[in-house]
Amino acid sequence: MWAFVTRRLLYMIPTLFVISLVSFAIIQLPPGNFINTFVAELRAQGQGVDNAQVRALEERYGLDDPFLVQYGKWISGILLHGDFGQSFQYQRPVSDLIWDRIGLTLVLAVCTTLLSWAIAFPIGVYSAVRQHSVGDYVFTFIGFIGLATPNFMLALIFVWISFRYMGESVGGIVSPEYADAAWNLGKVLDVVSNLWIPVLIIGTAGTATLIRVLRANLLDELRKPYVTTARAKGLPEWRVILKYPVRMALSPFISTIGWILPTLIGGEVMVSIVVSLETTGPLLLDALSSQDMYLAGSFILILATLTVIGTLLSDLLLALWDPRIRHAQTAKG
Amino acid sequence: MDTDSDVLLEVKGLRTRFRTDDADVTAVNGANLRLRRGRTLCVVGESGCGKSVTARSILRLIDPPGRIVDGEILLRRDGSDGRPAETIDLAALKPTGRRIREIRGRDIAMIFQEPMASLSLVHRVGNQIGEAIRVHNPMPRRQARQRVLELLDQVEIPNPERTIDAYPFQLSGGMRQRVMIAMALSCSPRLLIADEPTTALDVTTQAQIMDLLVGLQHQQDMALMFITHDMGVVAEMADDVAVMYLGHVVEKGPVDTIFHDPKHPYTRALLDSIPRIGGARRERLSTIRGTVPAPADQPSGCVFRDRCDFVMPGRCDRIVPPPIDLGPERHVRCLLHGGAEPEAEVTTSQEAADAG
Repeated sequence: MWAFVTRRLLYMIPTLFVISLVSFAIIQLPPGNFINTFVAELRAQGQGVDNAQVRALEERYGLDDPFLVQYGKWISGILLHGDFGQSFQYQRPVSDLIWDRIGLTLVLAVCTTLLSWAIAFPIGVYSAVRQHSVGDYVFTFIGFIGLATPNFMLALIFVWISFRYMGESVGGIVSPEYADAAWNLGKVLDVVSNLWIPVLIIGTAGTATLIRVLRANLLDELRKPYVTTARAKGLPEWRVILKYPVRMALSPFISTIGWILPTLIGGEVMVSIVVSLETTGPLLLDALSSQDMYLAGSFILILATLTVIGTLLSDLLLALWDPRIRHAQTAKG
Repeated sequence: MDTDSDVLLEVKGLRTRFRTDDADVTAVNGANLRLRRGRTLCVVGESGCGKSVTARSILRLIDPPGRIVDGEILLRRDGSDGRPAETIDLAALKPTGRRIREIRGRDIAMIFQEPMASLSLVHRVGNQIGEAIRVHNPMPRRQARQRVLELLDQVEIPNPERTIDAYPFQLSGGMRQRVMIAMALSCSPRLLIADEPTTALDVTTQAQIMDLLVGLQHQQDMALMFITHDMGVVAEMADDVAVMYLGHVVEKGPVDTIFHDPKHPYTRALLDSIPRIGGARRERLSTIRGTVPAPADQPSGCVFRDRCDFVMPGRCDRIVPPPIDLGPERHVRCLLHGGAEPEAEVTTSQEAADAG
């Protein structure tokens, strides 16, 4: 097992290297750079910009250097000093801007995952065990609606409902009165009370997918001979099902840890904009459109790294969960 | 003649049906069987004859949409273990209820065809056997583990201390089937149902597993219902034989009479298709013409008539052959041996059995 963990950790190094290279290349891909965009904006507003001034700016940020040199400066700054570079737009170090947002994104990711599991597990098991029952059809119907409704739409509906009927303004994670307060019980409760709406909205599609996957997997497993064996021992039906086929059907749940983060980042951008959450999504979108390259690049790099770590975690958990994976890996390593 | 108290389990007129949207299949159609204490009944027939469904019906392990629509499965319990002597009709119990669960694994245990698929691959051997013990005899894990080690030793698994913590995918097919047998024997059942337990194994392993089963059966004095399509296995193991064809028990009797004096053309055909050492050299191995029809389109009259060499047109297609009594515990369902009167159609198998 330890050999497996070590090997997986070593594999992460080349993966992360390639990711950093690719994320840097991607943010360089669009024609022009932040200074061009900035100058164009200024000109559009009727302000003149001196060419020499532009040249000076470009030199200062090293924008004329070849790709590899720029990449080298960027990545060595991160690895050696934890310096992600400067945000052009905010004129502040990138690291000042992103950690809060990444923290919030992670909190959202963890809460969403836990909520999806908590909802999907009982419904998925029920739908499979009572296949074709009324309950199964009802949950299937709700599940498909959950899958088909765009998240931003749900977000708008929630915002409207809570404003119209509960007189609460949905927006932000921390209510204005707590914005500058130190962390205390009140603030935590406030965050929790604001968090459930985005968690619910972002979780719907993922939950619906999980229900479908669990139901399909469990239906396959329920007819396998080992379930009959367990029944033939004289075990109660619920124990037969929970101990044997459900155990086999649960692997996709564990795999979700690996892919929840990328889906979340893709899926939450619009939701976050609608309910104005200070997560990574809106800021990343903003940075990309204004070609704030170090900010965008750092976001992409950090989120990709978290995804790689998530995948590693889910692989390790799967190995713990399923002895066949563990033994196959041990035999190899 | 056997006394009634010898009979451990009696299947009377069992009918198990699978109803789906496009077909209504009667997989077992009025089967009668008797299992006697300490004896081996071999149920033989080609694939799709309802052997497995009969076995699973006894333990009520038929998955929906299948269900028992008719008949009785009478289990006679003697009053051991502080339980009263009683006769229970298993066919009348709720398939997920507490009463049938008390019988599964404790009075009647079962082993299956594919030892790989029949064990959970993600639970350790000791866990799976220990669970079978503890569900009927609550005891501390420690004590159960000790019992599992004894059982593994009893089924001749080398190095039980290691195997108990192994996962089934780390064991060979023969070892897995031994684990299944250990699990089945864990509560000393009165009846063991073995559903083609050696079919998935290689020939050498088959012989070992059969020797093991016979040995354990004598040691524990339990009845064995052995399902197979291999007449060689029948010759070796059986006390009694029941030949099934398309959901019907077409012939049954003590093993010697079946082998030396087969009455039903299907039994004869099955016996003719065994290769013999020392037989005429050029002789081709005979096969049975055609294949078993799908249970959904059963022929009228005698179910075997389409493939029978002795078919009597005008009779076999009109009359359902009743069970004909040929001696103690010996029955055949074939018009060649009587029962030609059309009213015989309404003779239930039960009456015939009682007559014998």
